[in-house]
Amino acid sequence: MKTPFNNLDKVLEHRVRLQIVSVLAIHESYDFRTLKELLAITDGSLATHMKALERERYISTTKSFVDRKPNTRYRLVERGKTAFKKHLDAMAEVIRSQRR
Amino acid sequence: MKTEQSFEKDLASIHQLMERSVKFISLSGISGILAGSYALMGAGAAYYITIYPGSFFDKHIFTVQELEAFTKLISIALVVLVASIATGLWVSARKAKRMGIEVWGAAGRHLLVNLSIPLASGGFFAILCAWQGHMEIVAASCLVFYGLALINASPNLFDEMRYLGISEITLGLVSIAVPGYSLLFWSLGFGVLHIVYGIALYKKYN
Repeated sequence: MKTPFNNLDKVLEHRVRLQIVSVLAIHESYDFRTLKELLAITDGSLATHMKALERERYISTTKSFVDRKPNTRYRLVERGKTAFKKHLDAMAEVIRSQRR
Repeated sequence: MKTEQSFEKDLASIHQLMERSVKFISLSGISGILAGSYALMGAGAAYYITIYPGSFFDKHIFTVQELEAFTKLISIALVVLVASIATGLWVSARKAKRMGIEVWGAAGRHLLVNLSIPLASGGFFAILCAWQGHMEIVAASCLVFYGLALINASPNLFDEMRYLGISEITLGLVSIAVPGYSLLFWSLGFGVLHIVYGIALYKKYN
């Protein structure tokens, strides 16, 4: 049976990863530290989620040094944008189908 | 399996997060009210230097002969500007602390850049106009450039600030079209409008 649940993105079903991708969707790029503050989560937790998104090739990572401190910037790439849009559509579809 | 409520919670959480990453929500209406009050006090002082004992609403065209008075006017404007910025920073820092967020997060930094480019251009423009003796357009150019700065920065501010920007530009243009009432239009734009918008923002968001 084809249900709207099939279209949901397994990686983005986790709320924190969905939050990360939505922030990246409206910014050119975003850095680790600011993202951590915005989401109010720990270094380790954010790093794990970023790894998961990297593994799916949804984001690209640029590492550099600012004042000798490591500065990691993330960017949502085309594949991630498509996945995000598809996931949002699927969520909307689920909500619509259950309201009926 | 996830339920409908849980999806709605997800959507609400990302909506709030996206907004928080762009909008400078620590801005408080109190800053507007105080900045407007400083502007009105400044306008009062300017009135005593220039038009007094005539009425505040009298027509008065500034000329180069009043250069000494003009330096005083520039000083008053600078004091008002510095006091307003300092108050804005202080009130925002306090509000941010109360909300448990960082003032100079990404949104705050974007706001600063988006505001300061048109604002600095306007400042130089006004000073150069005065220097070249075009006193009559100084107040108007302050209003127009300030309005443009607000519109430029409005994605990082509350939506209402866009309308404040449009109002400031309109006042500036009217001030050029009806010469001789610079101080009146300046007081309306920087004093009255700030107080009105400050009260509205405070009522809506605090």
